[in-house]
Amino acid sequence: MEILKVENLSLNLEGRQILNNLSLSIEAGTIHSVLGPNASGKSSLAFSLIGCCDYSPQWGKIFFLGEDVTHHPVYQRAKMGLTLAWQEPARFEGLTVKDYLSIGIKGKNDDLIKEALEFVLLKPEEYLNREVDKTLSGGERKRIELASVFAMRPKLAILDEPDSGIDILALDHIIKLIKELKKRGSTVLLITHREEVSSIADKTSLLCSGTIVKEGDTVEVGTYFKERCIPCPTRIYPSGENDK
Amino acid sequence: MNDYQLMIDAYTEAGGTPDVFKDSKIAHLVVHKNKVIGSHLVRGLLLEPKETESGVDIKLKVIKGVKIEYPVHLCFGVLPKEGIQEIVIKAIIEEDAGVKLLAHCVFPNAVKVIHKMDAEIEIGDNAYYEYNEVHFHGERGGVEVIPKARIKIGRNSRLMTNFSLLKGRVGIFNLDYESEILDNSLLEMTAKIYGYGDDRIRIREAGRLLGKASRGLIKSRIAVKDNAQSEVISELSACAPDSRGHVDCVEIIQGNAQARAIPIVNVTNEFGKVTHEAAIGRVDKKQVQVLMARGLEEEKAIDLIVSGMLK
Repeated sequence: MEILKVENLSLNLEGRQILNNLSLSIEAGTIHSVLGPNASGKSSLAFSLIGCCDYSPQWGKIFFLGEDVTHHPVYQRAKMGLTLAWQEPARFEGLTVKDYLSIGIKGKNDDLIKEALEFVLLKPEEYLNREVDKTLSGGERKRIELASVFAMRPKLAILDEPDSGIDILALDHIIKLIKELKKRGSTVLLITHREEVSSIADKTSLLCSGTIVKEGDTVEVGTYFKERCIPCPTRIYPSGENDK
Repeated sequence: MNDYQLMIDAYTEAGGTPDVFKDSKIAHLVVHKNKVIGSHLVRGLLLEPKETESGVDIKLKVIKGVKIEYPVHLCFGVLPKEGIQEIVIKAIIEEDAGVKLLAHCVFPNAVKVIHKMDAEIEIGDNAYYEYNEVHFHGERGGVEVIPKARIKIGRNSRLMTNFSLLKGRVGIFNLDYESEILDNSLLEMTAKIYGYGDDRIRIREAGRLLGKASRGLIKSRIAVKDNAQSEVISELSACAPDSRGHVDCVEIIQGNAQARAIPIVNVTNEFGKVTHEAAIGRVDKKQVQVLMARGLEEEKAIDLIVSGMLK
């Protein structure tokens, strides 16, 4: 069953074409990766899918659970079960980790919150009452972001570069968390620029200049990406990296 | 119901715990307009209130070497719609002494009330003084609050002030605190205020870091909406070697509100340093969207961000 369908999505921001006639289909219960180099439009795609106000597409449609959600506000899509773990999560003064994780949960469930923190290797007793503010390191904040999505149990979790800012040791646990999300019934849209991270996906779409250029078997797309896209032959690099 | 009970009720509504007034271990003072209607002392604390025509003059002293175990509870208020209350405080915290005060100022029915506080505070060496003031104003906005303090902090000592006005309309608010800090001492001043309607907020907090390795932090968190206006002047001067200060001001505006922040940082010693950060504007759009992505409607997301900042 298809949980998300994107048809011919085009997004223009300040005169720049960010997404270009992009189509995508995601099967429920899978881990689907969108792999692409920097500046290929990955985060913009995530923002458009969740409905961020500055990322309304000029063209195209987004269907979630069969419903046209193209013009639904962010919170309405979230209530339907569509959410995002941000690549660079916001910080909130005065809001505790417990408060933050509670927001997306229906009814208060302390066990769920504790479990989510443990999944990202944060001790609940040390973190529950800390504020989600600048006293947390980037890595801690990132883990809390992933924990909040995990606790929310969304139908579709979009994870934007979940591995960025996370140390190598924690990466294994992040991958474990992504697999656990799937095991517990969430579909995962995994956005990354690292082929080794996308390798856990059931299916991969390769994004280039705002459009999907290749789609299918993860190993096949990953190999193509590794061989053909690094360095990107169509991008101008400052120090002659194109020649490497 | 008598004034005492009405004051305690208003104090409770402002977030206070009325049981403290029955506890013999906890010192307290309750002042309605210019009448002292309740007081209790503990060992080592001298608290002498003297009624005047328009308020109360208070002498507060903590004797050398005494650290008052429980916070001293003060409750000031004017219950009628109109009235004036002028509180003059002379506080001396002697060497090696310390006290925490928790003041609740309640004006639940104010239509035309003036509340003035004029404090002189002297903190000796190796001493501490913590002053937390919580205001409760009701919804009419008819209060004019004018707190003023002149503070001297000795060596190896600490002063903390926390002012919050989050319940009810602010009315007109004009705070002016000045302090001087000697060697190895710490100053921390925090003000949190939520203004709406046509409230007017003006805060001036100033610290002069006169002593070697003295420290100062002036922090303000202001939210204004409707037609409310705020102006925050935060002044820190580093005048001694290794003195360090930081000014941190965040103001959030909504609707037609206006906010202004004026950080003034002076350094007169080459080994001193003062930093400042100020942010004024609407609620951060990304913060709102992050919370909305967890299912909160926009208005609730904004409320949560503002209440978090003021917490």
